[in-house]
Amino acid sequence: MSFIIDYYNYWIVVFLMMAGFYIVISANNLVKKVVGLNIFQTSVFMMYISIGKVTNGSAPIVAEGITTYSNPLPHVLILTAIVVGVATTAVGLALIVRIKRAYGTVEENEFKDKDDLI
Amino acid sequence: MAVFIDLMLLGMLAITALRVIFLKDLFAVVMLFGIYSFLSALIFVNLDAVDVAFTEAAVGAGISTVLMLGTLALTGRKEKTNNHKSWLPLLVVVATGAALIYGTLDMPPFGDPNNPAQQHVAPRYIQDSPQEVGLPNMVTSVLASYRGFDTLGETAVVFAAAIGVFSLLGLPKRDRAAIESGLKSHLVLRVVAKLIIPLILLFALYVQFHGDYGPGGGFQAGVIAAAAIILYALVFGLPLATHVLQPSLLKVLAALGVLIYAGTGVVSLFLGGNFLDYNVLASDPIAGQHLGIIIIELGVGITVFAAMLAIFYAFAGQAERKNIP
Repeated sequence: MSFIIDYYNYWIVVFLMMAGFYIVISANNLVKKVVGLNIFQTSVFMMYISIGKVTNGSAPIVAEGITTYSNPLPHVLILTAIVVGVATTAVGLALIVRIKRAYGTVEENEFKDKDDLI
Repeated sequence: MAVFIDLMLLGMLAITALRVIFLKDLFAVVMLFGIYSFLSALIFVNLDAVDVAFTEAAVGAGISTVLMLGTLALTGRKEKTNNHKSWLPLLVVVATGAALIYGTLDMPPFGDPNNPAQQHVAPRYIQDSPQEVGLPNMVTSVLASYRGFDTLGETAVVFAAAIGVFSLLGLPKRDRAAIESGLKSHLVLRVVAKLIIPLILLFALYVQFHGDYGPGGGFQAGVIAAAAIILYALVFGLPLATHVLQPSLLKVLAALGVLIYAGTGVVSLFLGGNFLDYNVLASDPIAGQHLGIIIIELGVGITVFAAMLAIFYAFAGQAERKNIP
């Protein structure tokens, strides 16, 4: 049991990463691809936060009577990464809106064919 | 107990991700993604990352869901069935996943205080930051002071992304009052929104200025404040919202925030310190750190607020344009 608990978080991270990766390479629709990329991204966040966790630790805010804190560094990295992530996702979605306007579709195989016509 | 919650929540997260793969209705996919973000936020709380959970709940479940729905309004909600070969991606994914699972077995066990990640800089932050910076929230100390240069870069990325969205989509014009917009006919929504929006804004200010002592800070506060205005725009319509906060003002604000942040660094240079070294800002180093952190968090908050809201305006403006007869 302790073997499972030691690695469970990392296994879920790998599963989520692969789920996101599968969506990105198999989906035809660009919006769904962006959702897949976001799932991939969240799995990395989950991995960093899991690495920073200390058993019986507390949130890294100084309080009386607490001696063990979890690692604050991954929290800082991921906090900013989330906000940057949504900003870059917005750029991706904006590109999708422009693709829809130019080609009339957001299905990958359809606008590839239309590329030759323009 | 914490372990049990961790097992359950991560399991639910995996199931949600699995469901996203097979759904063809993109509206449902986006809604599931919102649920996915909320579950992630719960897991972050359980793993002691309260600041991260705060951000994920506001950003993942709030802003990104709204932006994706805005995109769906323009591109259609159904995914067409594809005739791709589905076994090839599956093969690639299973092979990569198996290799990664094999790799995790070399990882140090979860939660062990003797892990390498806990040995390098973390003890310094945990033991010395309350004395050196004088703030109880170590995440804010590290974010704004020790790694202030890094955070400046990230604020600049948010600003750059907003510029990217403007140049791709353009911002809506102000005088479009004639267009039917928002959910004005829904009385309940209107009344509840009027009650809630001031409270959300107040909460955003609290998160902004209490970030030194509890979970919060400029990133979260900016997103929460933007969410309040987005709610206003969704219920009362984009023309009214752009009347309250003009798109041109947001452009200035987005740049102003980065300027405040970088300007603090330049001021500390002129006062004889290093770039973003707050110790020289006041006569006493601790007071200087306090002052510096409050100013740069304000800069971050302003940029994030303006960038998120302007990105929403850009998407909503596109959707409005579709409604013009």
